[in-house]
Amino acid sequence: MCVTCGCSDEANVTLTNMETGVKTAIEEHHHTHTLPDGTVITHSHHHQEKEHHQTHSHTLTEGTVVTHTHTSSTINSPQIHAQIHAKTISLEEKLLQKNDLIAAQNRGWFKGRNVLALNLVSSPGSGKTTLLTRTIKDLKDNLSISVIEGDQETANDAQKIRETGCKVVQINTGTGCHLEASMIERGYQELKPEPNSILMIENVGNLVCPALFDLGEYAKVAILSVTEGEDKPIKYPHMFRESKVMILTKIDLLPYVPFDLNLCLEYAKQVNPKIEIFQVSSLTGEGLSNWYNWLKQTLKVETF
Amino acid sequence: MHELGITHNIVAIVIENAQGLTVKRVTVEIGQLSAIMPDAIRFCFDICCQGTILDGTTLEIIEIPGLGKCRHCGTRIPLSQPFGQCYNCGSIELEIIQGQELKIKEMEVEEICV
Ligand SMILES: Nc1nc2c(ncn2[C@@H]2O[C@H](COP(=O)(O)OP(=O)(O)OP(=O)(O)O)[C@@H](O)[C@H]2O)c(=O)[nH]1
Ligand SMILES: [Zn+2]
Ligand SMILES: [Zn+2]
Ligand SMILES: [Zn+2]
Ligand SMILES: [Zn+2]
Ligand SMILES: [Zn+2]
Repeated sequence: MCVTCGCSDEANVTLTNMETGVKTAIEEHHHTHTLPDGTVITHSHHHQEKEHHQTHSHTLTEGTVVTHTHTSSTINSPQIHAQIHAKTISLEEKLLQKNDLIAAQNRGWFKGRNVLALNLVSSPGSGKTTLLTRTIKDLKDNLSISVIEGDQETANDAQKIRETGCKVVQINTGTGCHLEASMIERGYQELKPEPNSILMIENVGNLVCPALFDLGEYAKVAILSVTEGEDKPIKYPHMFRESKVMILTKIDLLPYVPFDLNLCLEYAKQVNPKIEIFQVSSLTGEGLSNWYNWLKQTLKVETF
Repeated sequence: MHELGITHNIVAIVIENAQGLTVKRVTVEIGQLSAIMPDAIRFCFDICCQGTILDGTTLEIIEIPGLGKCRHCGTRIPLSQPFGQCYNCGSIELEIIQGQELKIKEMEVEEICV
């Protein structure tokens, strides 16, 4: 278990197609690529070429995974041996590389089909699902929207989205606290969003980890509700820095909560001077037209 | 995932590169602006190493301090968060030039060949 976020590696990630109800398991993290399979790792300490007949997995720089058995000729490549015989091995290996490679593939997939992918991030309960269902209902006649719903457990949110009539798949991350690029890859393969459409990805409610993981989206959209306090942008600067857009929601509640609106906007700009901010209420509809215009505009600019 | 998953990746990458040799030390670079907690990585490391060839390996973490560069006047500003203000011209448009690192720098293995 992770001491920071409490997530475990044995998370059972599942994908549910909300139309067919079919649930499939997703293998998490794509870890296997770097792990030599089985007993492989007990490499002989005697330097006899005959003992190098072992199976390994390698990840090539472009992300391809190759599993093969070493014969004396392959292990004998001068480069590999130079590495083995050196005392210190320089690596410079980026730790999120695997995720970033899949994210780059996703980005290419979206671009090739003119799909505007948005990654909605926020604390739990800030209003992502409510904003999504309202947006889908209001724009249904003009825009095609499909949804990848990420939650630790339950398909409740996906069910709510499904009721609007739009295409949706649910990804349950189990104990995992964020979506990863590989899960999105499985998600759109299942969803098959149509060309020139918007793909909304509702991330797991969590202001920390989702900032670290590129999903291949065009933009992260941070949703902050006025009941959470105006200091969130400087308390969780990574998330607000990574987001192109911030939606300040539940503004219908402003008269009832001590929330310094100007200070909040100032903090957000301080963390990310370029962030675009919309102030909305998904309940009353106030301010939503600005958000809708941004969606239409961005879809056009990005895709035509 | 997060720190545990990242530690898991460290162990997996090192095992692959070790090609079966005993690993004595692993050096990881973590930027102080990377949203990764070195203590959490240390905590997870021992757990992730159990039952692998890395059992007993020393983990060395190099923490790289945050550094920004003012987009207006070029002044370099030390940063403890991923944002800040230029003390020279007051601008808040800072480019982060250091402190977001997250990588395995090197590893030390036992020499076996003569
Ligand atoms: N007053 C008011 N309430 C809202 C607004 N938007 C959402 N809510 C309420 O806030 C609560 C949480 O909203 P959700 O849309 O479920 O939030 P979420 O971010 O999807 O939550 P998780 O998926 O659990 O992280 C619900 O009770 C909503 O009715 C709003 O604009 N104004
Ligand atoms: Zn050898
Ligand atoms: Zn939700
Ligand atoms: Zn986490
Ligand atoms: Zn893991
Ligand atoms: Zn300056």
